[in-house]
Amino acid sequence: MDVAFWNREIETMDRQRLTELQVTRLRDTLDQALHTPFYRRRLEKSGIRSGQDLGRLEELRALPFTTKDDLRKSFPFGLLAVDFSEVVRLHSSSGTTGVPTVIYLTQDDLDRWTDLVARCVVATGCTSKDVFQNMMTYGLFTGGLGLHYGAERVGMTVIPIGGGNTQRQIRVMKDFKTTVVHITPSYLLHIHSRLAEFDTRPEDLSLRRAFVGAEPHSENTRKKLEDLYGIDAYNSYGLSEMNGPGVAFECVYKQDMHIWEDAYVVEIIDPATGEVLDDGQKGELVLTILTRRAMPLLRYRTRDLAFLHAEPCPCGRTHRRLSRILGRTDDMLIINGVNVFPSQIEEVVMAVPEVGTNYQIQVDKVGALDRLTVKVEIYPKMFTGDAALLDRLKARIAEKLRASITINPRVELHEPGVLPAFEGKAKRVVDNRQEM
Amino acid sequence: MAKQLTVFVENRPGRMKSVSDILLENRLNIWAFAIQDRGEFGLMKLIVDRPEQARLVLADHGFACALKEVLAVTAPDRPGNLDRLTTALLDSNVDIADAYGFVTPNDRQGVCFLEIKNATGVDLEAVVTAAGFAVLRDEDLYAS
Repeated sequence: MDVAFWNREIETMDRQRLTELQVTRLRDTLDQALHTPFYRRRLEKSGIRSGQDLGRLEELRALPFTTKDDLRKSFPFGLLAVDFSEVVRLHSSSGTTGVPTVIYLTQDDLDRWTDLVARCVVATGCTSKDVFQNMMTYGLFTGGLGLHYGAERVGMTVIPIGGGNTQRQIRVMKDFKTTVVHITPSYLLHIHSRLAEFDTRPEDLSLRRAFVGAEPHSENTRKKLEDLYGIDAYNSYGLSEMNGPGVAFECVYKQDMHIWEDAYVVEIIDPATGEVLDDGQKGELVLTILTRRAMPLLRYRTRDLAFLHAEPCPCGRTHRRLSRILGRTDDMLIINGVNVFPSQIEEVVMAVPEVGTNYQIQVDKVGALDRLTVKVEIYPKMFTGDAALLDRLKARIAEKLRASITINPRVELHEPGVLPAFEGKAKRVVDNRQEM
Repeated sequence: MAKQLTVFVENRPGRMKSVSDILLENRLNIWAFAIQDRGEFGLMKLIVDRPEQARLVLADHGFACALKEVLAVTAPDRPGNLDRLTTALLDSNVDIADAYGFVTPNDRQGVCFLEIKNATGVDLEAVVTAAGFAVLRDEDLYAS
């Protein structure tokens, strides 16, 4: 198998040197973190007044975790470690309880992120000859722009088409002989189901590879995608708090994702106790970013469950590999690649006066795509008996939800008292999706 | 004017019966009804002998329900009468949001209940009477 590198020195660096590099970068990161009010307080409590106070890498484990809630509480500038004028880009995610989170990057930060993405892309065998159709959403979401810049740096021809509009996606794939796509697994399956409608067979396309991400999926789904299109599909992992895509990516051997340890200190912890687990043990992924000056994050709890492999990969890369994401430690739903917290939905529907006290969230598979249904109870005192008003109420709730979570839901109105009453979050979410 | 009781009912087996059970328990008499299907729910529209009491007992059982004034029109059972009525309403620029009716079997009298929209400033009774029909009044409908 042909193995290519973007940065052979770093990607194949021996483990001891890699650890030394991590320590050097971690000290710089601590110095940088001390510029923020949030970390200065925390680090000084842990006895760290300068990066030099950290001796061995393991001493990182003595520091407290950073959580999504910390990010919300620090919004908008509490974790900014440089002068705002140095920031060249920000990405933001909608809040789970109304307060969003934001990530800042300087030009150097952006260059380092782009470099990591370039590594990922080259690891799958892509070259400057490839035509890359980026079907991920652009904008505040990091999925689109992250891969865009990395692919450009490798010299690929980038088509920044973004998500949706299946007919145009298929036409553009044919017009420009697209060889690589970046897409969610469910959307790639959906496009296949509609090829015939646009008089296209998979063999009419020039597609060779797909980067699939933003949605956990199984080995079976990968096989299915590869068989349907006759391509190689590569799993990828990223989250906006750690820049976005490019945190971990599969190489041509497709045996789980190399996680770039020169850029991230990787830990797997027991989500209940916070104790650090050994390689091979399933737990919550905790990441410390080492390459972002504008906004350092130390021991960030991703809420994603996975495990690490330490055995060498045939490709020669020494960076450990991350398993597929096996679940979440919170109640986050991923719907057509978009992260949705039930609390976001709750906040919207409970603010509508015509809605009663109970609601239910249902997710189904319709074809290859996810469908979100939000069921609400009507509030008897606001009921007028007018059917047109009820239709308008449904439309209004759907529009408010779309504005908050960017997904267009189906809204159903129900009689008061028929939806399960509030008894913990589990009952409010009914996920009927089966493995694709 | 006649009072229509609109009840929001979940679209699942047994829900209509729950409504009729409650009305029966309270000795309420249903004169006319219609159901508007809206997918996951339906709107059950009832004309009963004691509308306010029916609303209270259903609300007591947790139902979302509301009373609304509707136009109750009587006409002899003769071809063309509905057409005459709808023509008269159209000429007065009022909209019919919903309507249901029946013919009494013995005296061949048609009764029609109409939910009217955009009737502000229109004397509905005058329009109906001019077309040759009668509007049922509270004293015709409800015992004191």
